[in-house]
Amino acid sequence: MMTFLRKQGYLLDFTLSSLLRRKGKNLGLLLVYALIVFMLASVMLFTHALRKEAGLVLQGAPEIIVQRMVAGRHAMIPADYLESIGKVRGVSGKRGRLWGYFYDPAVGANYTVMVAPDRELAVNEVVIGRGISRTRGIGIGDYFSLRSDDGKTFVFQVGALLDAESELFNADLVLMSGKAFRKLTGISEGQFTDIVLEVRNPREVGKVAEKLAAKLPDTRPILRDEILRTYDSLFAWRQGIVFVLLAGSLLAFVIFAWDKASGLSAEEKREIGILKAVGWETGDVLRMKFWEGAVISFSAFVIGYVAAYLHVFYSSAVLFEPVLKGWSVLYPQFSLVPFVDGLQLATLFFFTVFPYIVATIIPIWQTSITDPDAVMR
Amino acid sequence: MDIQLTDVKKVFNQGRHNEFWAIRGISLRIKANSVTCLKGASGSGKTTLLSMIGCLSRPSSGRIMLGERMLSGLPERFLTDIRRHTFGFIFQRFNLIQGLTVLENVMLPAYPLAPRHTTLRDSANRLLEHFGLGRVKDSPVQWLSGGESQRVAICRALINDPQILLADEPTANLDTGISREFMGLVEDLRQSGKTILITSHDPIVFESSAVQSVVEMSDGHLVKA
Repeated sequence: MMTFLRKQGYLLDFTLSSLLRRKGKNLGLLLVYALIVFMLASVMLFTHALRKEAGLVLQGAPEIIVQRMVAGRHAMIPADYLESIGKVRGVSGKRGRLWGYFYDPAVGANYTVMVAPDRELAVNEVVIGRGISRTRGIGIGDYFSLRSDDGKTFVFQVGALLDAESELFNADLVLMSGKAFRKLTGISEGQFTDIVLEVRNPREVGKVAEKLAAKLPDTRPILRDEILRTYDSLFAWRQGIVFVLLAGSLLAFVIFAWDKASGLSAEEKREIGILKAVGWETGDVLRMKFWEGAVISFSAFVIGYVAAYLHVFYSSAVLFEPVLKGWSVLYPQFSLVPFVDGLQLATLFFFTVFPYIVATIIPIWQTSITDPDAVMR
Repeated sequence: MDIQLTDVKKVFNQGRHNEFWAIRGISLRIKANSVTCLKGASGSGKTTLLSMIGCLSRPSSGRIMLGERMLSGLPERFLTDIRRHTFGFIFQRFNLIQGLTVLENVMLPAYPLAPRHTTLRDSANRLLEHFGLGRVKDSPVQWLSGGESQRVAICRALINDPQILLADEPTANLDTGISREFMGLVEDLRQSGKTILITSHDPIVFESSAVQSVVEMSDGHLVKA
């Protein structure tokens, strides 16, 4: 056992000195390789953390949202629907919500305007998300004006800013009182945008939705799980798009690695011949080259992954922000909670390190099985 | 241990249009603890014969015996094992690995045997001191002169303490003075009990008093034994 370990030590030692002898070439390879791992790992870490974050935030969301549909389009829902719904068994809480979108031509962005359910706001007071605060350059105590649907300008004072922790969801949010919202949008009393329901027993959610659909045929119930699934597939789709874009560079890397590995230089071939002539077995040469591939690919993997971790969790994934994060002009700024998924890590490792080692071993095997007397010629 | 060759032949690219018989049936005995020189012009088959004796390649037909052991026909693993324990090689262009130090080059053949590192380093240092290379042991081999490179190649050939040393045109890249010095080292090695087989067409080698037997080759045949 000691002999085996000592032998591996000697092979590794020789490998490291070989790598250092071709510093420029190997450093270039290491950088390109690490960059590929960095990009793939960034996308994976980022989308995974976003999905995780979305899931955590949505845990506090209502179990069912009921929307009224007119000709297949979302329409205002009358307040008396609340009464009808209230009689469905299993529903433990219900309230009407008022919300909508507001386009601000000054910054070219859409705000989500909503009536705060748990805040008592004055008619002229608003609470805004940090995205709006940054874009409009306003803070607490500043004034904020919106034009109503009939052309009048309403001036609000910013009473507070929304939490930075949940900026993924509230970057573009404006909270105001119900009265102000109705004045601004012209939605009459007795109408809501939609209704949210709480269901105590999660197993009953499906049943309640079924009963609602039967009882109020002009409505559609939207379940929290469906929203979660939508977020999940949205981020998965974005991740897929980025992976497709990265496929080109990945392919370029494969060609580069294959070329590097299969196109053994005359000097490398000669070295393999010398090693065999002085008593190394084919297996020793292969093990040495295996260590070489392992050192390069493992270092590149660690460097790339750590860089991606820092990029995603400490610099808010600046490189992928426009593609992966948000969908409005007001990009949220937030730090994701660091989260590493073991399976994801293993997948990335398998798809980056393993093919490289195989790609480098095969051509060397072809060279190393030739008779060592080639070195005499 | 004597080396016995019986009707050894070697053909390259057999059955193809460029088929070439490098060795055409050689029978020969090389005595233990002697210096034998394979003499002949370029292309006479010296190097091919040397590489077959040193287990670097196999004969196409015929037998090569090392003492009682038949080398021809052994699988590669066994050939490698015999090569690393029995033979030390000194190549024409020295074949040192550029970028490595003198000490690393000398230790290289012992890596697969995995001796203790201190033991290996001590043996390598002793050899280098013996051959007057102690002061350059940490220098990269590309900094060395031809004579120094030659001596590093000898140290490397001796690191596993082989019984037999094989040298392929060892003086081809050396001037007269260093070539004579090399033959002096060869004589020392023979006196220490080694068997030495040299290929050369350099008179300094085959006319040297250190050489006990000269075997002349031409077109894959023995001219004189």
